[in-house]
Amino acid sequence: MTLPVATLDNLIEIKNLTFTRGERVIYNDISLSIPTGKVTAIMGPSGIGKTTLLRLIGGQIKPDSGKILLSGKNIPSLSRQNLYETRKRMSMLFQSGALFTDMNVFDNIAFPIREHSKLPENIIEKIVLMKLEAVGLRGARDLQPNELSGGMARRVALARAIALDPELILYDEPFAGQDPISMGVIVRLIRSLSDALGLTSVVVSHDVPEVMSIADYIYIIAEQKIIGHGTPDQIRQDQSPLVKQFVQGKADGPVPFHYQAPSYQNELIKLSPTMHERGKI
Amino acid sequence: MWPLQLLGRNTLALISGLGRAVIVLLSALLHKPNPRKGIPLLLQQLYSVGVMSLIIIIVSGGFIGMVLALQGYTILVGYGAEASLGPMVALSLLRELGPVVSALLFAGRAGSALTAEIGLMKATEQLSSLEMMAVDPLRRVIAPRFWAGFISLPLLAAIFSMVGILGAHLVGVDWLGVDAGTFWSVMQDQVDFNKDILNGIIKSVVFAFVVTWIAIYKGYDCEPTSEGISRATTSTVVQSSLLVLALDFILTALMFAR
Repeated sequence: MTLPVATLDNLIEIKNLTFTRGERVIYNDISLSIPTGKVTAIMGPSGIGKTTLLRLIGGQIKPDSGKILLSGKNIPSLSRQNLYETRKRMSMLFQSGALFTDMNVFDNIAFPIREHSKLPENIIEKIVLMKLEAVGLRGARDLQPNELSGGMARRVALARAIALDPELILYDEPFAGQDPISMGVIVRLIRSLSDALGLTSVVVSHDVPEVMSIADYIYIIAEQKIIGHGTPDQIRQDQSPLVKQFVQGKADGPVPFHYQAPSYQNELIKLSPTMHERGKI
Repeated sequence: MWPLQLLGRNTLALISGLGRAVIVLLSALLHKPNPRKGIPLLLQQLYSVGVMSLIIIIVSGGFIGMVLALQGYTILVGYGAEASLGPMVALSLLRELGPVVSALLFAGRAGSALTAEIGLMKATEQLSSLEMMAVDPLRRVIAPRFWAGFISLPLLAAIFSMVGILGAHLVGVDWLGVDAGTFWSVMQDQVDFNKDILNGIIKSVVFAFVVTWIAIYKGYDCEPTSEGISRATTSTVVQSSLLVLALDFILTALMFAR
């Protein structure tokens, strides 16, 4: 399998990345590139560290080895100050939304603008209202985060993520647990941000149909490796059994349905003597 | 072998915890101040940490002063020494009870709230999301809370002592009939500014530093789950209370032992 050749058209280049957490290897020598202005999806089963990849790109954690280049700058080796400068160019949509609970919706979205610009308050208000209109929640500007439903909170968080018009947005499971309306809003927004503004998006998700509908390029990660990549059409026609199992959602295949365990029969038979010992039978 | 292992593990955990606590404090405090953003944040925290603790401090101070006067009077009157009630109450409050009891109350009221608030911000990824917005949570969230606690507690301790003396006056003079002139003039004569008042202030400054530091560190370092937050909150109150009492002994020995 050949990986895409590194070009200037890639905003992010990840090279030979290895990351372990304690004894557990999360990524073993993976390389991938995120093209500028496109929607790139990272898919894979739950628990393989997709969120970890976003945190690595954001510089919140450091890899054991390998490079993460954002327009040529290696994120893990940046100084604290340079890292904070670099983060101004990106934003991240957290799975939980991560809205500030001590501020209302309006102030949450105004927060990054107030922190990083010296714009007068009347202009900030206009920007915030535009962002809220884009996610369809202009009427919710005075609500507190605890008055929002899960889907609304995610949309407010999205409005906050795009408040400063970043070059790069990292989406952590944007579709998980969304009702169809919020899902539609978010899918449309991710696509139109990329088409209209040339934003680079990285979407981490395991929702196959939604990802297939919006992504320009897809990487599928499982068992510490990239098991397949390509455009949605290429992924659909991929003959590798691992990719087929994931895309078609089959329980049986190379990725086992069962978490590693001793033999089922043995474990059931072993139960009765222990219950005898406890004096319950 | 295993008691030795346990000792080793606990010692290592203690030392690495201390190291992390120092790093958190230093990276929160050592930076160029930005008054335009810093002062509103500090005022907000002074309100929630300091002003909101006023009621418990005033009520406790009042009752402790009243009890001191009642107990002191019944003992002193046996020796015909009830004229010494004023200095007895004032010295107990200024030297010991003011700084110590207000630090203990502060740990329970404000310290636990700080830990729980910061811990919950961590668990709900608010701290992470600040980092990703290129806003340092140590400066934005931790530093104003630390300064607010550090400034509030010495003031609260002073208020505690003052209300305590007024409470003692209420019981001793208005109820039990000690002469008001004697109460105040003997107190004024016996209380020394450097030895008593200043030492009491130094104590409460030390306690303020320790209690607030523990509270913010425990919140920032907690495991981001509901269990982790509850453990962190408990250990804030337990550890800061014990440390306040131990430090009080050491400081008293240094200040007053001959």
